[in-house]
Amino acid sequence: MALELDSITVRYGQTAAVSDVSLSVADGEVVALLGPSGCGKSTLLRTIAGLEKPSSGSVRWDSADLAGVPVHRREFGLVFQDGQLFPHRSVAGNVAFGLRMRRVDREERDKRVLSLLELVGLDGYASRRVTQLSGGEQQRVALARALAPSPRLLLLDEPLSALDRALREQLAVDLARLLREAATTALVVTHDHDEAFTLADRVAIMSRGRIVQVGPPAEVWSSPVDVETAKFLGCNKFVPGSFVGLDAERVGLRATALRVDPSGSLEGTVLERVHRRDHVRLLVEIDGEEYEAVGPVSVGDRVRLAIDLDGVARIG
Amino acid sequence: MLPLAFLGLFFAWPVLAIVTLGLREGGVLDVVFSGETWELVGFTLGQAAASTVVAVLCGLPVAFVLARCRIRGLGFVRAAVMVPFVLPTVVVGLAFRTFWPDGGVLPIVLANAFFNVAVVARTVGGLWAHTDRRAEDAARALGASRPRAFLSVVLPALAPAIGSAAAVVFLFCATSFGVVLVLGGSRYRTLETEIYLRTVELFDLSGAAALSLLQFLAVLAVLVLGALARRRRETALSLRDREELARRPYGGEWYVVLAAFAVVAALLTPVVGLVTRSLSTRDGWSFAGYTALATRGDRGTLAVTGLDAAMNSVRTAFDATVVALVVGVFSAVVLVGLRRSGSRIAEVLDTALMLPLGVSAVTVGFGYLVTMDALPGDFRTSPSLVPLAQALVVTPLIVRMVLPVLRAVDERLRQAAATLGASPLRVWREVDLPLVGRSLVAAAGFGYVVALGEFGATSFLARPDAPTLPVVIARLMSRPGELNSQMAYAACALLMVVTVGCVLLIERLRVPSSGEF
Amino acid sequence: MTHDSFVVKEGLMDEFQKATGITVKQIASGDAGELTNKLVLTKANPIGDVAFGVDSTFASRALAEGVFAEYASPEASKGAQRYKADDSNRLQAVDVGDVCLNIDPAKLGGVEPTSYEDLVDPKFKDKLVVENPATSSPGLAFLLGTIAKFGENGWQEYWTKLKANGVKVVSGWEEAYNQEFSATKGDRPIVVSYASSPSAEGGKTKAVLSTCYRQVEYAGVLSGAKNSADAQKVLDFLLSEKFQAQVAEQMYVYPSREGVALPESWAKDAPLPPNPQTLPADKVKDNREAWVEQWRKLVQG
Repeated sequence: MALELDSITVRYGQTAAVSDVSLSVADGEVVALLGPSGCGKSTLLRTIAGLEKPSSGSVRWDSADLAGVPVHRREFGLVFQDGQLFPHRSVAGNVAFGLRMRRVDREERDKRVLSLLELVGLDGYASRRVTQLSGGEQQRVALARALAPSPRLLLLDEPLSALDRALREQLAVDLARLLREAATTALVVTHDHDEAFTLADRVAIMSRGRIVQVGPPAEVWSSPVDVETAKFLGCNKFVPGSFVGLDAERVGLRATALRVDPSGSLEGTVLERVHRRDHVRLLVEIDGEEYEAVGPVSVGDRVRLAIDLDGVARIG
Repeated sequence: MLPLAFLGLFFAWPVLAIVTLGLREGGVLDVVFSGETWELVGFTLGQAAASTVVAVLCGLPVAFVLARCRIRGLGFVRAAVMVPFVLPTVVVGLAFRTFWPDGGVLPIVLANAFFNVAVVARTVGGLWAHTDRRAEDAARALGASRPRAFLSVVLPALAPAIGSAAAVVFLFCATSFGVVLVLGGSRYRTLETEIYLRTVELFDLSGAAALSLLQFLAVLAVLVLGALARRRRETALSLRDREELARRPYGGEWYVVLAAFAVVAALLTPVVGLVTRSLSTRDGWSFAGYTALATRGDRGTLAVTGLDAAMNSVRTAFDATVVALVVGVFSAVVLVGLRRSGSRIAEVLDTALMLPLGVSAVTVGFGYLVTMDALPGDFRTSPSLVPLAQALVVTPLIVRMVLPVLRAVDERLRQAAATLGASPLRVWREVDLPLVGRSLVAAAGFGYVVALGEFGATSFLARPDAPTLPVVIARLMSRPGELNSQMAYAACALLMVVTVGCVLLIERLRVPSSGEF
Repeated sequence: MTHDSFVVKEGLMDEFQKATGITVKQIASGDAGELTNKLVLTKANPIGDVAFGVDSTFASRALAEGVFAEYASPEASKGAQRYKADDSNRLQAVDVGDVCLNIDPAKLGGVEPTSYEDLVDPKFKDKLVVENPATSSPGLAFLLGTIAKFGENGWQEYWTKLKANGVKVVSGWEEAYNQEFSATKGDRPIVVSYASSPSAEGGKTKAVLSTCYRQVEYAGVLSGAKNSADAQKVLDFLLSEKFQAQVAEQMYVYPSREGVALPESWAKDAPLPPNPQTLPADKVKDNREAWVEQWRKLVQG
């Protein structure tokens, strides 16, 4: 295991921002720390980077305790939400920064900078001033800057959430590809499950300072550990498993769980149509309960509904 | 620890020593509880507050022009506002007397403000030049009128710098000595002039100690109030490059520009009068004063020539600036660090650093007499005491100028550098230094000019064979003979030339190298 | 240690050093008052070995505080003893600098004051400028002169009349002389200055010799002196013919030694006042503060 966190607790005065967290990240693995804001995931990331001191527990790399190793000797890259580029340096100057700190000679440095800019899709930007870049471009530069010195671990703190949606989705895909290609070991902190599932090999769900569940994205998506996690992963309706024909005590339904289908097994009345981003949501009444569903029908219609298991999460 | 050691050794120890000496004599309470004393306190604080208000009001338009406008003559404005700062108070006092022959409160306030417009223009201008314009634009877009946008968006953003500048100005005014003496006659007295009188002429050390304590407390109270006001304004500002922000003024902005130039013109009036006096004699125009600068004055008034004194001034001020820069920057860095970790010590240290501005030069000077002989080599007569004492005055200014900018640097920028492998020292060199570089250079230049003009402590400590220009000017003024008086005015002109030269040199240095911030 | 006004003709100090092997380092310490206070403050561990510049106003304090050590300089008998502060031989008079009214005859147009009493004459209304005795040493000397002249109970009335006659008070000599005096820049033709001042104005001004107050400047060996033998030699030097001959030219004061010729311009424009006012040092020491306070209330209240 490359990175190992062993019962880490971080306190600010009386309140524990992170309690008793243990987690490991394997070499070349990308793990996402997913949770709502204020759950302690950023604090955990900063603790790993060495920017915060754990009150107890240890951070280890290849079994060596990092307690006495200062930030600048950990060789971990860090990408902030809003880039935090050095405003007094050009794009190339920013990317070259870590290489200069590691005394890479000039020629090699220039080569590496150019290849990284190409990697993040910013060829030709080398001499631009960073204050003239758009948000997405800045974030790409920040990524290139963090990757340049080939860190043993890349820490990304909400790397995409400052960007607008279209750009975010585009960049998430790019980032995922980039991390795989470079075989980077990375830990991504995010509150956006799309982002987490796009990027990560494994996802760790955090809630109130604790890690409540760790697993591959598909597993976490389909079997959240509890109702709270299920809610965070998009479930808004909870029913017994028998309702959807599953052998489970409780399942969570996402908006896409029920689909209008003449051959469906359930029947209900459409109460309302709500336009969402890329589709229409229906509010359907089944046996006196309201459910969300998808389908092209009008209000007042009596419809049959089929169950789409991808929208169903088995709790526990 | 370095700043504390410096403050302790060259400020706290001597001041405490002399005050204790006075307290031991007793009778302190009599002084503290006399009505006359409280009148003094009231007048001291009142005139300082009024002067501060005037200085801030006059300084803001100038700061705006320096920070935001792209017009001709900026370099001139920048240099011109600095000139008053170095003029000896005696000379300026006399210049104001030509307009108000009987002195009074108004000329005292105006003269104090005259000296300090530069502090406001520089400190506020420094931050303004880098404050993002977009917030202001946003307010305008939301329907705020120009003045409204200024009041609700720009002013709050500038508040830390205005607060800093106001605190410094207030301290300067509260302890201003020459101006009050010359323009107040003996009708208007302040704690500072009274402490001087009691210490130096009456040798009433207990009275002086009592007044020093009051002065100290008054200054402390004001500083703490200032610190409280500042604390609410702690913000990380998004700093931008001035080049992107400066533009030609338009519309109503021209009125502000006009106001700024009016202020500059007002600042230059006494200066012009002074130059005129250096050239005119009873028998017409003459350069005699200037040629006399190469001599020791009429029948050897001075122990050295005027030019030697000028060279000595330049050297001493340089030493003082270096000491002050080291101590000041170090303090500012420590302060930012402490503040980040939420430490209370930060505020205490912050306030302590300002105190040297609020204590009489004469108290410090007499304190040196009773303490400095304990240092190796009887430091009381050491020539290095002069730059050290000057550094004491310059350090708070440097801290005040650098701190707001340093605080405005986003902490995560430093963290980003650290994760990329930069050690704390390297982070400082690679991130903080370039970001605050410009204000650091400005602070150094400003500090240098202040050291050049410093009179109170210098006149007390300078040896006759190594006087500075202000000391020489005061000495020439205290001698009869037209040549001496003319030479004094010529020396003022020389001092101004040196000042303007320094300011212009700094301007030259500041021309952006690789995208300097 | 000296007061700020101490200046020696170029080369003279080198000559002294060559003759005696003693290097003299000068530490200027403000005016007479400041110097005296510094001496008192550092008497346990004095900064120097010999001090020059304590004047008659401050001599009593310095003596009472035991700042100076006894030393009967052989040179003192050549005239300095005429101005002695007391009989203890601790202070030797080096020079005499009298404070007198200076006038600008051109501006006065032939009507010149010749006595203290003249100043209250309406002829001289709004003509006089004086320095504040609280902040200026010539100002104090002038006040003491009026006290000596009119008595401890008569001076108040005199000043009331002066005030009624439009006397102007400024804080220091610089303003009075350089800014208010009509011979320089201002429009007041009568000013409190020194008997020696006219020597610098090339005959344009003169001193009113009946309105002078005597100020004597003393030197002495400090009681804690580390090099007291050398200090005694320096004191002898201050009283010597050579040094005394240049004090007028260099410091605008009159030599204490007898038979030392004044420069030519002095003989003409600034002779030593013959019968100046004086007050006993102890009296000055005991009453100074009270007098100044009284004056303040009277003139400025």
